[in-house]
Amino acid sequence: MNAETKIERKAKKLGLKERYGHLTRGLGWETTYQPMDKVFPFASYEGIKIHDWDAFEDPFRLTMDAYWKYQAEKERKLYAVIDSFAQNNGQMKITDARYVNALKIFLTGVSPLEYLAHRGYAHVGRHFVGAGPRVACQMQAIDELRHAQTQMHTISHYNKFFDGLQDPRHMFDRVWYLSVPKSFFEDAMTAGPFEFLTAISFSFEYVLTNLLFVPFMSGAAYNGDMATVTFGFSAQSDESRHMTLGLEIIKFMLEQDPENVPIVQRWIDKWFWRGYRLLSIVAMMMDYMLPKRVMSWAEAWGIYFEEAGGALFEDLARYGITTPKYADVASKEKDRLTHEVWSTFYNYTHAAAFHTWIPNDDELDWLSEKYPETFDQLYRPRFEHWRALQEKGERFYNNSLPQLCNVCQIPMVFTEPDDPTKLCLRNSEYEGDKYHFCSDGCKDIFDYEPKKYIQSWLPVHQIYQGNCGGSTMPEVLDWYGIKNGSDNLDYEGSPDQAVWNEWTKSAHKAVG
Amino acid sequence: MAGNVSITLQNTDEGRAIIEAISSDNEAATVNVYPSMTKIDCPNRLVVRRESIEINMGRAFDLQELQLSLVSLAGNVDEDDDEFVLAWNR
Repeated sequence: MNAETKIERKAKKLGLKERYGHLTRGLGWETTYQPMDKVFPFASYEGIKIHDWDAFEDPFRLTMDAYWKYQAEKERKLYAVIDSFAQNNGQMKITDARYVNALKIFLTGVSPLEYLAHRGYAHVGRHFVGAGPRVACQMQAIDELRHAQTQMHTISHYNKFFDGLQDPRHMFDRVWYLSVPKSFFEDAMTAGPFEFLTAISFSFEYVLTNLLFVPFMSGAAYNGDMATVTFGFSAQSDESRHMTLGLEIIKFMLEQDPENVPIVQRWIDKWFWRGYRLLSIVAMMMDYMLPKRVMSWAEAWGIYFEEAGGALFEDLARYGITTPKYADVASKEKDRLTHEVWSTFYNYTHAAAFHTWIPNDDELDWLSEKYPETFDQLYRPRFEHWRALQEKGERFYNNSLPQLCNVCQIPMVFTEPDDPTKLCLRNSEYEGDKYHFCSDGCKDIFDYEPKKYIQSWLPVHQIYQGNCGGSTMPEVLDWYGIKNGSDNLDYEGSPDQAVWNEWTKSAHKAVG
Repeated sequence: MAGNVSITLQNTDEGRAIIEAISSDNEAATVNVYPSMTKIDCPNRLVVRRESIEINMGRAFDLQELQLSLVSLAGNVDEDDDEFVLAWNR
């Protein structure tokens, strides 16, 4: 086909810019029965000054007719794939059943965040004065609800065959490591509307979400999980629009008033660090839980933060915005983060709703190759030691409860930025009590708003206070909704492994 | 180092036609193929042209259909009926 070919096209009555203009300008009005500040009570208390709400435009200029049309198309494609996946026993065509544990983390840790995002965007969509951001937030609220639903629908098929997926909502409100994503999002939702958008739309979706969805979905594709790839890309296609909202709202605030700049910078610093800490569990999934790996966490950090984030913050420099505080610490941690986190879950596998394992020899070699500066020196000997113990029947479990960071709620397992052999411990005093943090980033966040973070619901404190079903491990697991002996412990010897082995054995027999 | 803008598309039939169009319209573009997706990087500015996509697909294409194939992007977006542009404003 050549360039001369005539393509027939229906004439549009109005251009994209005009249609968008009608949607987002005609719908906003000055209220008369009540003063504007009573109708929009959250629009000014954060100190952000907006002089002209009409200056905000969604660069996609998406209108409702196009929105419904394309979203419906995405749903049709996705559910066709989900049906086909179920009909073809897709759950048994993945590379290895260990992979399913990454899905367990996704469904219990990430999908509930999609639902919280739905609530968060519905809320801020109500509270912005300008119709442009209101419309964008309302579309996003619907998108996020769609993501929560499609993820539940896709992954629930695995629940028929594998353990740990039975009650993600219940677990999300109770299980120790799930308080990390839960507290992250609730922190954002209890902030004002501008901070919420800086937190979720900009710092999380624009700056960091590529590290969550893109390598993970590519990993799902590589490991034969067609259903997850499809919901991932279906969600991610909305995500591009969300990321754009994130960047536009930041530019909008910065352009409206120079006094907004320091407020926005502080939020960027705070939410970069909160988001980065949240991603440590995703980082671990990439390096340890995908039987076939696409790229290492350190490589992904290089591409998606150091390179893409570098270009972004160079662009924002004209407003006086700088690279987030402690981005240098995140880069220093990139060669150790995943090993520290996987080791922690290996230690506490009896209290988690997914399985862990010691990487096999090929996987250890891959890690050595990807982390030449750190793996053989610091982490390989540790895994080999644990493997030797396990072979002697003395599998190591950590039976004490860890101290948690009062801000990110992750056990205090991270190491000093300049010394990977020394635990990083920080603390602050507030009204006579001492609070503990995993890093300078988390300590700074506490010190700026201590009244907020002294209210943190810390799982370990709650267990000690007797609020989690009892004082013994079986009682706490029962309260969590984790079935002892099937949802938790090593993959080796699990019912998951038995189901998988049975299937592959009969498949081999059939082939002959 | 020049800052790259970037667009990632699904490796589907429609995605491929869009990727082809972008490659032919942006000489400086680098195409990186990953399992199930393709990431295109380009210094400073990248344009997605409706006409070029139509030539590759052999049918009328509404640029907003991009929504169905997009995975991710980096850069400031500006879209109208004919062009979808990603740029850093320097």
